[in-house]
Amino acid sequence: MEPARLVQGNEACVQGAIAAGCRFFAGYPITPSTEVAELMAERLPRLGGKFIQMEDEIASMAAIIGASLCGAKAMTATSGPGFSLKQENIGFAAMCEVPCVVVNVQRAGPSTGGPTAPGQGDIMQARWGTHGDHPIVVLAPYSVRDTFDLTVAAFNCAEDLRVPTIVLLDEVIGHMRERVELPGQSEVRVVDRRRPDPSRTAPEDFVPYAHTPDLVPEMADFGSGYRHHITGLNHDERGRPFASPAEVDRLVRRLNGKMSLAAQRWGLFQEVATADAEVLVIAAGSPARSAKEAVRSARQAGIKAGLLILQTIWPFPAVKVADLASRARVVIVPELNLGQLVGEVERYACRGRGEPRVVSLTRVDTELFPPAQIYEALREVR
Amino acid sequence: MATARDYLLSDALPHIWCPGCGHGTILGALLRAIARIDPPKDDVVMISGIGCAGRAPGYLDFNTLHTTHGRALAFATGVKLASPERRVIVITGDGDAAAIGGNHLIHAARRNIGVTTICFNNSVYGMTGGQYSPLTPLGAFATTAPYGQVEPAFDLCELARAAGASFVARGTAHHAVALTDLIYQALQNDGFSFVEAISQCPVSYGRRNKLGNAAQMLRWQRDNTVNVKAAAKMTPEQLQGKILTGVLHHAVRPEYARSYEQLVARLGAEREGKS
Repeated sequence: MEPARLVQGNEACVQGAIAAGCRFFAGYPITPSTEVAELMAERLPRLGGKFIQMEDEIASMAAIIGASLCGAKAMTATSGPGFSLKQENIGFAAMCEVPCVVVNVQRAGPSTGGPTAPGQGDIMQARWGTHGDHPIVVLAPYSVRDTFDLTVAAFNCAEDLRVPTIVLLDEVIGHMRERVELPGQSEVRVVDRRRPDPSRTAPEDFVPYAHTPDLVPEMADFGSGYRHHITGLNHDERGRPFASPAEVDRLVRRLNGKMSLAAQRWGLFQEVATADAEVLVIAAGSPARSAKEAVRSARQAGIKAGLLILQTIWPFPAVKVADLASRARVVIVPELNLGQLVGEVERYACRGRGEPRVVSLTRVDTELFPPAQIYEALREVR
Repeated sequence: MATARDYLLSDALPHIWCPGCGHGTILGALLRAIARIDPPKDDVVMISGIGCAGRAPGYLDFNTLHTTHGRALAFATGVKLASPERRVIVITGDGDAAAIGGNHLIHAARRNIGVTTICFNNSVYGMTGGQYSPLTPLGAFATTAPYGQVEPAFDLCELARAAGASFVARGTAHHAVALTDLIYQALQNDGFSFVEAISQCPVSYGRRNKLGNAAQMLRWQRDNTVNVKAAAKMTPEQLQGKILTGVLHHAVRPEYARSYEQLVARLGAEREGKS
């Protein structure tokens, strides 16, 4: 464990990325994510890594995919408008199974919105922003320490599944400074993509998009001897754009099957006082912080309140939500948008034994949820 | 001695290009130029965007990457910076490079990143059936210019030179041997190289502009281009309406990926010095 320090969320993100092995960053300045790029520009070349400020957000996304194909662990960071611009190439990464991490420090939207104001309006865009059925994993930290941990997890997940992984911060978490103890390098578990082993697989036998039972084919770096074609077109197992309808079907189903794998391996959440919770708060990102305090106050007041913090938002932790919600009378979902997460909660909350009432708490006035607002909601529904 | 044939994947052929298309000739020139250098195939990364030209890497036995529309140079920048030891070649078209990818072109040129870019210029969006591109000549017809093109065209070589490319050349499918030599020189340049290769699209451009069949379009290339060396002895009147070919610009400038490596080395040395 490193000594305790005052650390900003965006800095913890950089620390986590570097601890996970990130050695390539391409970005474009945008508030409130810019500190990520600035710190990467300073640190990466000192570690033998590469930083580049590209000409736009689209190019940044393209550059990290190119670097990842050379074997580097690569990341970009942006906010709402830039996230919109990256979407086409995020889809390319999903289709061509290129591990990469995209940090989106959400700000109030739509459009230019509030660059220095918090928001969570990108929850659906993070899942469905690019066209077509595609796999994508989205992790949402709720504290500075969590930002470090989930950035590490994002790299590990991207490498494990060969899917683009989004770290969905919000402005509060990105810009907040708090006292944290971050783990030392030896305490960080690092996952690397599986590469073909020359002693087992000859280049002529390498099948770059093999439909293996574990859904994730081995990945060969450019220049490693396993020459193959990579295309965003529908492709067969060899990466060639001549796939039959049956092969396209197999490809799209295998790619999207990774979402089930992600749910098993990278479905992360935290529970606070849920064991006997009759009133359950489900939250992600900065509202989870306020909810934690509200639930603590509610317990002191004798209300059987509990909290489920969703760290993985996509794939949506359906099983966990269904389980806890079925035991609750009321579920409250606070979010800094007009109700994106709550729709998913409603989809799964009523699948269990009970039929909890689902209450949506929303804010789009660029302000945070004070704990008192969530506490009041808990009191009202008790 | 390597030949162009060594790089073609016979099981990925035939190609998708229409009868009479100039792209095969230009690809042949590129492969002959590579064969003259004979690099290990593993060292070559060939990257393309979307469009007719974008399909070329899929026929080749290199590390090949067929990216999104206009973005080949942005992907290539990531590849070259992450792996400066690779020989990175970008194949693009006039719509891909000059319209949707124009921003990436000028910045790749400005950085002088070690990427050899071959722009297959057929004056039109062929893959989508003949819409005008930023390189469609004024007055020419296209499906989206049914009354003749109103917008003036780019001179893409001038743009690349002004933006900082250290090697700029133009050739044609008609002058295939000269084009091979230009691409060979481009591949030898240490920095960003841009070669505009004029192609013919008889199906989606020639037909609509009454330019005849492929042979007639190739003759048009012969009759309307002048090599820069010959041009030096000609009067402005004689050069009126002619397209210049040959090496248009060559300057020595630091290559970006190496400059960044030098920065990494310097910071490493500073740290060693301190400890």
